[in-house]
Amino acid sequence: MPNTQQLEDLVIQVRRDILRMVHKVNSGHPGGSLGCTEFMVALYNEIMDRKEGFDMDGIGEDLFFLSNGHISPVFYSVLARAGYFPVEELSTFRLIDSRLQGHPTTHEGLPGVRIASGSLGQGMSVALGAAQAKKMNNDAHLVYSLHGDGELQEGQNWEAIMYASAKKVDNIIATVDLNGQQIDGATDEVLPMGNIREKFEAFGWTVVEIEEGNNVEAIIKGMAEAKSKTGQGKPVCVLLKTIMGNGVDFMMYTHEWHGKAPNDAQLESGLSQNPETLGDY
Amino acid sequence: MKTYTYTEKKDTRSGFGDGLTELGRTNPDVVALCADLTPSLKMGDFIKENPERFFQIGIAEANMMGIAAGLTIGGKIPFTGTFANFSTGRVYDQIRQSIAYSGKNVKICASHAGLTLGEDGATHQILEDIGLMKMLPGMTVINPCDYNQTKAATIAIAEHEGPVYLRFGRPSVPIFTPADQKFEIGKAIQLTEGTDVTIVATGHLVWEALEASKALYEQGISAEIINIHTIKPLDEKAILDSVAKTGCIVTAEEHNYLGGLGESVARVLATNNPTPQEFVATQDTFGESGTPAQLMDKYGLNAEAIVKAAQTVMKRK
Repeated sequence: MPNTQQLEDLVIQVRRDILRMVHKVNSGHPGGSLGCTEFMVALYNEIMDRKEGFDMDGIGEDLFFLSNGHISPVFYSVLARAGYFPVEELSTFRLIDSRLQGHPTTHEGLPGVRIASGSLGQGMSVALGAAQAKKMNNDAHLVYSLHGDGELQEGQNWEAIMYASAKKVDNIIATVDLNGQQIDGATDEVLPMGNIREKFEAFGWTVVEIEEGNNVEAIIKGMAEAKSKTGQGKPVCVLLKTIMGNGVDFMMYTHEWHGKAPNDAQLESGLSQNPETLGDY
Repeated sequence: MKTYTYTEKKDTRSGFGDGLTELGRTNPDVVALCADLTPSLKMGDFIKENPERFFQIGIAEANMMGIAAGLTIGGKIPFTGTFANFSTGRVYDQIRQSIAYSGKNVKICASHAGLTLGEDGATHQILEDIGLMKMLPGMTVINPCDYNQTKAATIAIAEHEGPVYLRFGRPSVPIFTPADQKFEIGKAIQLTEGTDVTIVATGHLVWEALEASKALYEQGISAEIINIHTIKPLDEKAILDSVAKTGCIVTAEEHNYLGGLGESVARVLATNNPTPQEFVATQDTFGESGTPAQLMDKYGLNAEAIVKAAQTVMKRK
């Protein structure tokens, strides 16, 4: 297990990867990626029980599904730095003939990806199916998923949320990235969703809140609590309060960097705020 | 001329249900999902014998497609069941992203396709589903013609790795294919040999084509009937070999002429051997309430319509 400093170093390196990937192709989604960097680093390096290598069925290990596929930069960087594919391949992000498509896909056979995502609202259903397959296979491992808060406006989520508790799918931990932002502005302005905790609880889920969703230690503690609540007949939801664009000052507290790449000067500023730790790709 | 008879009529959906029951006994990886239509899909026996392998999703087809995709991760072979309309148009993006683009081994089994579900009317009568599904890269599209063929197709698709759309229907139709006929995906079946006109039919229209061939025979016209149960991948060779003899073709399907079997056949002919073709299909319209026979008559999807189309196309040679 890595110590906290090692995880912090990895967080900084992943931020650099994200900024450099989207800068190079002048496209992609840095805001949500940076907001979930601490979570994704902690998930893959501390929280999940993973096997060496990659096979699609993932029997005997924890699985992860990214539903809000537009934060592919953080997903790709964390996967590469966890050993699923060469770190150098991050330089092909969004280029022609790349396995690192704009949104994650299984289509080009990128190790670590088990479902295509990008069209929102589909990941929870897929994660539930995988969780039920685990139960049928007597595999005690867990299924993790990540969803945007704006993404909860897609109705399919609520079909899935209703189903999960009805069928007692208690081997899933679905995390919602509560950054309060979506493309057209604050979620509370675009389509206010009310109290998300109460909604999940009303649908029969156990809810764990992580107030400091950009603090690695807080994430590890909160996810351990979430894990302790699995296997009790109820699905588990984690509400992860994050700051979009975290770690790059001019990208924080705004939806403006949802799907916009930094220019050369902005890249330089962002990188200088996150000095190289583990080596750039 | 080879003639076909039948002693029994049965719905093709029962062929699906019985095929699924057999799979339940022979393939432990097969699981079934349904969105609140188990009696309509004839899934009762599978559920009774394999309750732990059945997933009642409730009226939530989008969630059903996603769960099916997820179940493949872990080695299951999911068969989803609902009406054709709710198996395709309602969940097109879920199928496109989570199943087709993701390359998941899901079998989308669709009952009550076409006009012949009858009185429920146009909200439930999809005539666009073949087009929607054949356009998805990697999707296999199958539309069997009777109970035996539907049962055989259901069993065969479990052995095929990749997403499949299996389309069948509600009305009782003659059983005329052999119970022991092996189902080969993508392999057309020539039912009669002929020299004057090729008639390529799929689903419920195959029997109508056979009826048409009898009427044509009495008029001195020799029709070659081909049962195209697989619309994608299409058996191009069977079509080209036949029109090389006959020089003209009629396609027949319970589907819109836009996007259906007929257009797939037309592409094969246009790029290989341009041949006069007539389409027996609905003419870019929705359906309506009525009995199956009334609807097939009103919308020109029966033996009589096929005879007329054969007469027309022969004049264009």
